[in-house]
Amino acid sequence: MSMKKFILVFLGMMMLVASPALGADKIRIATEGAYSPFNYVNPKGELEGFDVDIAKALCETMKADCTLATQDWDGMIPALQAKKFDVIVASMAITEKRKQAIAFTNPYYYSVASYVVRKDANLADNVEALHGKTIGVQRATIHEGTIKEMFGDKVTIKTYDTNENCILDLKNKRLDAMIASRPLMAHFITHHPDAGFSFLLGMYNPVAAGIGIRKEDTELLEKFNAALDTIIKNGTYDQISTKWFGESLLKK
Amino acid sequence: MILNLIYESMPQLLKSSILTIHLTCISLIIGACLALPLALGRLSKNRWVAGFSFAYVYYFRGTPLLVQIFLIYYGLPQIGLTLDAYTSALLSLSLNTAAYTAEIIRGGIQAVAAGEIESAHAMGLNRAQVLRRIILPQMIGFALPAYGNEIILQIKATSLASTITLMDLTGMARTLAAETYAPLEIFCAAGIIYLVMVFSTSKLVTWMERRSTVYRC
Repeated sequence: MSMKKFILVFLGMMMLVASPALGADKIRIATEGAYSPFNYVNPKGELEGFDVDIAKALCETMKADCTLATQDWDGMIPALQAKKFDVIVASMAITEKRKQAIAFTNPYYYSVASYVVRKDANLADNVEALHGKTIGVQRATIHEGTIKEMFGDKVTIKTYDTNENCILDLKNKRLDAMIASRPLMAHFITHHPDAGFSFLLGMYNPVAAGIGIRKEDTELLEKFNAALDTIIKNGTYDQISTKWFGESLLKK
Repeated sequence: MILNLIYESMPQLLKSSILTIHLTCISLIIGACLALPLALGRLSKNRWVAGFSFAYVYYFRGTPLLVQIFLIYYGLPQIGLTLDAYTSALLSLSLNTAAYTAEIIRGGIQAVAAGEIESAHAMGLNRAQVLRRIILPQMIGFALPAYGNEIILQIKATSLASTITLMDLTGMARTLAAETYAPLEIFCAAGIIYLVMVFSTSKLVTWMERRSTVYRC
């Protein structure tokens, strides 16, 4: 192949690779895909869950052409800033620190966190029982900070890529306890009674989850806020929330 | 890009690279101990010994290290054997490097001139003596350049330990990057540390190569 031909073919391939980013009307939404029942990949390889349903309902309301893709949790904000996608719908809690990096829509659900232990460990039902124990948590979540604040050096903290791997290690007894979003763990405990998990007394981190959007995309943010208002008012939101949790998650 | 952040993250990253160095060294030592018998096994005339060594080497070279780590860390608990993260990482890294090192040693042994071995036998040395005095000293000279590569690959392979909760250099870098939302700076800093480790290792190996082949000149 001559050099000229090679360069032409190369440029052509580059354009093919770059073209998806050129479709300006498409809204690219990212979610984690490992945070059941909020967002997860089903055995068929499709994204499912509360976040996914909300994202789809919002797109329908906006009559927008959306694509959904997965992104590892600990790289979510950097990837948004690097324009790998335009919107995060991944149960991300609105925090001051994250607000310095990206913008959030109005809350689309409220949640708290609780510690979860194995029943067979027979721990006393209070957080003091966790002193000297090993506690698991998903990396780069608000809960990671909570353990440090509550226990300092009194516990061993292990961080996981996904909450699912953290659950797996609590089951395997590598962990004595873990902390995660309460609605998520409640769903797990109800659907997997064989795992023998139970909540420890106490709820922490009352937070609101928001949809993350780049700060400069103010127009997109307004569109999402308007669509969120619409699905809350027309009952779509309650329908989705009831489907997954049997109640509305918009109650504080 | 904030240069300051690279500088500020260094102390924590350096502290976590102790685990990286630790995992590399211990796994290389265990791996080398397993590799010599495996290499001899590969060359053995006994069908069973050769078959076992062959199967071992092909399993560990033919499957990704990440899969081996997951198998030991997440897979074994299913049959009742729960190892902690450190042991799991060390075990998989050691077993993996043993397979590669065995092949390097085998190559080194086979590179020793057949004539030298025949003469040694003719001189009345027994098999153990031939191995110890003729084959192994030369094998080291032949195998060192390839083994130097293996050490460098092993340093980088330890980064996979971060996938099973260990806070090695990569694990710490991922945590810091997630905390600061500045992956460029943090992973640059981690990259610099890996580079220094790899560079000093390759210098060390070159020096050893020169020493071990001194008699040949």
